[in-house]
Amino acid sequence: MTVEEQEMAGVFGRRDPDARGYYGAFGGRFVPETLVAPIEELERAYFEARADAGFRREFARLLHDYAGRPTALWEAARLRAECGGAAIYLKREDLTHTGAHKINNALGQALLARRMGKTRVVAETGAGQHGVASATACALLGLECVVYMGAEDMARQALNVFRMRVLGASVVSVESGSRTLKDAINEAMRDWVGRVGETYYLLGSALGPHPYPLMVREFQSVIGREARAQILEKAGRLPDAVVAPVGGGSNAIGIFDAFIEDAGVRLIGVEAGGEGIVAGRHAARFAGGEVGVLQGTRTFVLQDAHGNIEPTHSVSAGLDYAAVGPEHAFLQASGRAEYVWASDADAIAAFQALARFEGILPALESAHAVAHAMRLAPALGPDAVILVNLSGRGDKDVQSVERILGEAGRASD
Amino acid sequence: MRRIEAAFTALRAEGRTGLVTYVTAGDPSLAITADILQALDRAGADVLEVGVPFSDPLADGPVIQRATERALAGGATLDGVLAMIAGVRAAVRAPIVIFSYANPILRMGTDAFVARASAAGVDGVLTLDLPPEEAGEMRAALDAAGIDTIFLLSPTTSDERIRRAAELGGGFLYGISRLGVTGARAEVADSAAALAGRVRALTDRPLALGFGVSRPEHVRTMGQVADAAVVGSALVQVIAEHGASPGLLHEVERYVRWLRS
Repeated sequence: MTVEEQEMAGVFGRRDPDARGYYGAFGGRFVPETLVAPIEELERAYFEARADAGFRREFARLLHDYAGRPTALWEAARLRAECGGAAIYLKREDLTHTGAHKINNALGQALLARRMGKTRVVAETGAGQHGVASATACALLGLECVVYMGAEDMARQALNVFRMRVLGASVVSVESGSRTLKDAINEAMRDWVGRVGETYYLLGSALGPHPYPLMVREFQSVIGREARAQILEKAGRLPDAVVAPVGGGSNAIGIFDAFIEDAGVRLIGVEAGGEGIVAGRHAARFAGGEVGVLQGTRTFVLQDAHGNIEPTHSVSAGLDYAAVGPEHAFLQASGRAEYVWASDADAIAAFQALARFEGILPALESAHAVAHAMRLAPALGPDAVILVNLSGRGDKDVQSVERILGEAGRASD
Repeated sequence: MRRIEAAFTALRAEGRTGLVTYVTAGDPSLAITADILQALDRAGADVLEVGVPFSDPLADGPVIQRATERALAGGATLDGVLAMIAGVRAAVRAPIVIFSYANPILRMGTDAFVARASAAGVDGVLTLDLPPEEAGEMRAALDAAGIDTIFLLSPTTSDERIRRAAELGGGFLYGISRLGVTGARAEVADSAAALAGRVRALTDRPLALGFGVSRPEHVRTMGQVADAAVVGSALVQVIAEHGASPGLLHEVERYVRWLRS
């Protein structure tokens, strides 16, 4: 038994929601009747799979031999010198196969799909990272893959669309609603309901009806397990703060998970502040949202006075979503985690800083967390240690950043 | 006797197949929806379902998605739908059922919604994404106001869940005859008969079957195994095609009379 497999055995099932999928007042299973039976089938299959040592062994093997885990923990000394204050460590999820944490969950769920005898996988994607990870896992396991992607996002992330197609996936353009991530989720769910016999819905974040938030967290929890052991070794102690970007919140819940019982470690999620907290111009659910129900779960949702979902904006397609994972809502309500936001401009500045001082191009999602760490480091002082989840790499974003910097340059001329 | 129960009691007494009609409120406008409800009532619809437009209608197919987008663009809200129903209630004979996603109702507040629905004369509420497990609070509030909670059944619904829906729900059970999202189909699925057979063996509650009804022969097929057929997307399509024309109400009335022929 590998170390990772051993640890997984102790972690899976350790912190389940209640039987109805609630984390305190959040979560649940708000689905049309047509989805109830498939969701119940999924829940049964997942609980059986995670209790099966053979399944855990295969998942651990894929994480290690295929995805390239464990990922490195890097002490960003030049960035620290620039900011002043606390030591900053980066958990390098950008170094995984396909370049983001998304592969952890995609491999876990694709293995589950195969175990359930499904031959076809549908997935949604925003930035394209989950779509690429799903297409990759399906290619590896011989499953048909259909990815729904908002037309708006397809234009923003053309490179990832091409990658998915090369990997053998069909990418379907979603023209309904705001033509972004939430509309892609609606469409993927519609597909699943219509072809439930052979189809598995591979949801990419810690969102949606139970058991998705639990399952995604457990597949992503490897991030926190590795990072906790690595920082104990490198820094000789636990960090003062763990900082992670939060869209749906899968990378954040994955790294937070290992530190939840370490009461002295602050857990900080960074949402997308976009152009500022004005309706329609951001995606900071804790700053501008209200409790509601979206896509199967009760959580904080950006909505108007009539309960319709507000459009969102972020320079980062992966954070551009109107609801947050229900366990984050619970962690915020209970006071265990805190949630802040970084603006588009903050993220762009952090993207440039990390490139120049560390030679690392972060995904714009991850750049939000870096931006907050750069604010936090001087505030916490030189004795403190900050752990940042660098959830993905930024190759996909260079064109967006170039365009934005170009426009800013012209504006200042 | 509540209005929905009375409607189904009369259908059984007459040995007739009922017709439940669905329209998206606010398409093309709330004022015209009020006229459409009266036209449906004149044409003999037995239950009127009124869909509340919601920005993320994940259980609906393209026809109702488009209607929803038009309704939202025209400014229709749950507030406006309730006011429209209050205005038209006295002019229609058939029971009125609100068909909504959970979030607009939760945003208004369950108690405030139920008070307003009751004042408007709403007879039943079907909340698509509140299955019985999540519907407890809503059902208690509706019950106290004398409004029926309608639950959905699908071919994948277990016998145990059918029993629970029959026990917890009121009015009628709404069986969807096909897997998948709403939308008119050329043929009505055989699975309707299988679902109806299971429901009949478990409960006496009236049963309406939908999702795929667009022609009179579909209504008759449903009538062989259930109390009523539901027409949704096909009717919404008729409204979409004639929305701007002065002949809209005539076309709606003609279509529903044809379905009942």
